[in-house]
Amino acid sequence: MAQRAVAINPTKPGGIAVGLVLALTLGTLGAVAWRADWGRGLGPADWAAVRFTVTQALVSAGLSCLLAIPVARALARRRFWGRSVLVTLLGAPFLLPVIVAVLGLLAVFGRNGILNDALGALGLPDVSIYGFHGVVLAHVFFNLPLVTRLILQGWLSIPAERFRLAASLDAPVGRLLERPMLRAVLPPAFLIVFLICLTSFAVALTLGGGPRATTVELAIYQALRFDFDLGRAAMLALIQFGLCLIAAALAWRMTAVDGFGAGLDRSVDRWDGSRWADGVIIALAAAFLLVPLVMVIVRGVPGLFELPSDIWRAALRSVIVAIISAALCIGLTLALALRGGRTVGLVGVLPLAASSLVVGTGLFLLVYPFANPAKLALVVTALVNAVLALPFALRSVAPTVDKITSDYARLGAILDMSPWVWTIRVIVPRLRRPLGFAAGLAAALSMGDLGVIALFAGDAQETLPLAMYRLMGAYRMDAAAGAALVLLVLSFALFWICDQGGRIDADL
Amino acid sequence: MKPIILTTVAGLCMATVATAETPVLTILTYDSFTSDWGPGPAVEAAFEETCACDLQFVGAGDGAALLARLQLEGPRTDADVVLGLDTNLTAAARATGLFAPHGVTADLALPIAWDDAEFLPFDWGYFAFVGNAGADAPTSLRTLADSDIKVVIQDPRSSTPGLGLLMWVKAAYGDDAGQIWADLADNIVTVTPGWSEAYGLFLDGEADAALSYTTSPAYHLIAEEDESKVAWAFDEGHYMQVEVAGKVASTDVPELADQFLAFMVGDAFQTIIPTTNWMYPATTTADGLPDGFDTLITPAKALLMSPEDALAARPAALDEWRNALSQ
Repeated sequence: MAQRAVAINPTKPGGIAVGLVLALTLGTLGAVAWRADWGRGLGPADWAAVRFTVTQALVSAGLSCLLAIPVARALARRRFWGRSVLVTLLGAPFLLPVIVAVLGLLAVFGRNGILNDALGALGLPDVSIYGFHGVVLAHVFFNLPLVTRLILQGWLSIPAERFRLAASLDAPVGRLLERPMLRAVLPPAFLIVFLICLTSFAVALTLGGGPRATTVELAIYQALRFDFDLGRAAMLALIQFGLCLIAAALAWRMTAVDGFGAGLDRSVDRWDGSRWADGVIIALAAAFLLVPLVMVIVRGVPGLFELPSDIWRAALRSVIVAIISAALCIGLTLALALRGGRTVGLVGVLPLAASSLVVGTGLFLLVYPFANPAKLALVVTALVNAVLALPFALRSVAPTVDKITSDYARLGAILDMSPWVWTIRVIVPRLRRPLGFAAGLAAALSMGDLGVIALFAGDAQETLPLAMYRLMGAYRMDAAAGAALVLLVLSFALFWICDQGGRIDADL
Repeated sequence: MKPIILTTVAGLCMATVATAETPVLTILTYDSFTSDWGPGPAVEAAFEETCACDLQFVGAGDGAALLARLQLEGPRTDADVVLGLDTNLTAAARATGLFAPHGVTADLALPIAWDDAEFLPFDWGYFAFVGNAGADAPTSLRTLADSDIKVVIQDPRSSTPGLGLLMWVKAAYGDDAGQIWADLADNIVTVTPGWSEAYGLFLDGEADAALSYTTSPAYHLIAEEDESKVAWAFDEGHYMQVEVAGKVASTDVPELADQFLAFMVGDAFQTIIPTTNWMYPATTTADGLPDGFDTLITPAKALLMSPEDALAARPAALDEWRNALSQ
C-alpha cells in the first residue's frame, strides 16, 4: 500500500464494509463453532488433506503467475485487430461455473477428448488428465486469465512518459520499468490464486483421480453433510483462515512499493520485443483457454432445444441477483479501497479463504431463528457473492486508488476538496477501467454461484446454475449442457457489458 | 428493466405466503424429487385432490444434505415429513430424536424384510455399474478389479451412491474389502463429488461405466428410446438403496402427516415413482411396472446392512477405502 502524505479519502464507509466482511467470514464461522458439540479432533487424514491442499495451491499459483508474465507482456506490447475482444475473451474461463469448465477441459484433455484423439491418430500413447497434474492444469486454466489481466493492468499503468524516457536514454526497460512493476503486482496476484486454489473442492476431486486429492474443503463438506460434525468443520475452516493469514503476510513482505513520480493517464505503443515470439505466446494462450470454451458451446447447442421453459425464469433470477451483487460489490470495494491500509488489505483477501459451505451454514444458523431461509435465498446469495468477489475487485481497484492518491492528494488538499468531491471528481473517473472490470467479475461470479444458493433455495428461487445441476440430476445431460451454454453466454455478456462500460475511450 | 427488477424483488421478499384456511403439509426432500422431472409435481397434485390441504415441498440437495438440513433446523423445523433418506442415513436420523413412529402397516414389495417403526420405504433400487451394451461386461466386483475396464465412481464422503458402493464392497467382502479396493484402484478413472458428475463423465465417454442403479437403463429406454445402456449383473449380489420417509415428531399437523405416509405406499403415489424417480416402487401396484422395466437385470442376491450396522461400519470402511485408493 502506498504511503499517504495527505489524508483526503473518506474512511467511514470503509469501516462499515470491514464490519460486513468480518461478519460474513469470521462471524459465520463463529456461528458454526457456537452450535458445535466438540468431539474428536483432527485425524491424520485431515492433515494429509491440509498438506495436499497447500501443495497443489502453491504449484497452481506459481505456474499461473509464471505463465501469465509472458502472455501479459505480449498483450501489452502488441496492437492487432481483435486484440480488445481477445483480452475480454481470455477472461472467460475464470467466469465459468466449475463443473462447466471441468467438462470443457475434459472434452479437450480427457480420455475421449480432442488431444487423445489426435495422439491416437498419430499412433502415440494416451495421456491421462487425472491426477495431481490434472488438478494443476485445471487451476491454471481457471486462474491464468485472472493473473494475466492483473499483470496487464500493471503494465498499462506504467506511464507513457517513462517508456519514452527509457527509449530516449536507451535504458533497459525490463530492469528499470517492468521488474519493479512485477514486484508490485505479482505477490498479491500469487496470493489471490493461492487462496482460490486453497478452497478448491470439485475441481480437485473430479480431476484428482481419488482420495489422494482430498482438499480441506472436501473434508469440511464431509463434516457438515455426512457427519454433521460442526466442530470439525469449524476447526478445518479455521485452518484455512490460518493459511490465508500466513500467505498474506508472506505476500506483503515481498511486495515492493512504487517510488517513481506521476505521469499523465496514457499508455504507449511499444517498440521492443520480438513480434513473432509475442505472436506465438498469444496464440498458445488463446488456444489453451479458448478451445475448452468452444467445446462447451459445441456440446451445448443441441441441448438448447431441450431446455424446459422455466429455465428462462431461472436465468432472469440469476441475472437480477448478479446485477445486485455487482452493485454491492462495487460499493464495498470503493469503500475499502478509499480507506486503504493493511487491515483493509487483510480483510480484502479474507473472503477467499472462507469456505462457502461454512459461510452458508453459519448464515443459515444466524438467519433461521428469525426468518425462513428460503425467503431470503436470493438476497443472501447476492450479498455473499458480493463479498466473495470483493478480493478480486479490490485487487483490481486498490492499486489504482493508491496511485491516484499518491499522485493527486496534494493537489486535492491544496484545492480543499471535500472527501465526497474528491471521490466523485478525481477518483471515480480514473477508476472507470478497474471498476468496470470489477463489476463484471462480481456479476459473472455471482451468476455461476452454486454454493450458498444450494443450501438456502426453495423451489421458487431456482437460479440458473441450480437448474442446470437439477437437470443433470434428472439424467437430462443434454439439456444441462444447453443450460451450461446459456449460463456461459449470460455470464460473459454481463462481464463484457460492465468491462466495456469501464473502457469507453480507454486504451486497454 | 426496472419494473421487472422491482416486482421480482418484491416477489422474493413475500414468496410463499401460505393461505391461512387450508392446512399446509411441508415435506423436506431432496432436490431431484421436487424438480419438474421428478415425482414431486405429480405427487403434489394427487395428494391435494384427497387431503383438502396445501402440500409444499422444500428441496435440499441430496439425501445427506437433507439430514444435515434437518439437524441444522433442529426441533423448531417447519418440516412435517422428511422424505428421501436411505438406510445408510436412517440410524443417524433416528439418533437425532426428531422422528416419530409412522404407524403404517403396508404390504411392501421389497426383496428383504422391512421392520422399522420410524421410517417407511417409498421406493428402492439396486446399485450397479451402468455401461454400454455390447462392450465387455465384468460379472463380479472381483472380475472388474482384475480387468482393464475403466469406471468412474462417487466419493463416499460426499455422495449417497458413493457411500452405497462402499457398503456394497464391505457387505460382499467383509475383511477382504480393503484388498478389493486396492485391486480396483487402477480401474477407477476418477472419483466425483456426486452422481451427476460421474454419470455425465460416463455418457461423455470418459469411462466404460459409472456407478448408478440397475434401473438407469430404463430411463434411456423409456425416455430416450435408447437401448444402448446396460447394468452389469454381479455374482456377489447387489447392494440395495431403500429410500424412506419419516414423520417429524414436532409437526403441527400430525394427522395430515399420517395421512400422507399412508398415501405414500398407495397406488396413486407408487405408480408415479418408476418413470420419474427411476426406481422400483415400494409396493406392488395394480398396473404393475411400466413397459421396459422387464428388460432390466434382476440381481440373484440382494445385499443390505441394517441402518445401525451401516453406521457402525462406516468409519473403518472409509479408512480402508481411502488407504487403498491413496497408494
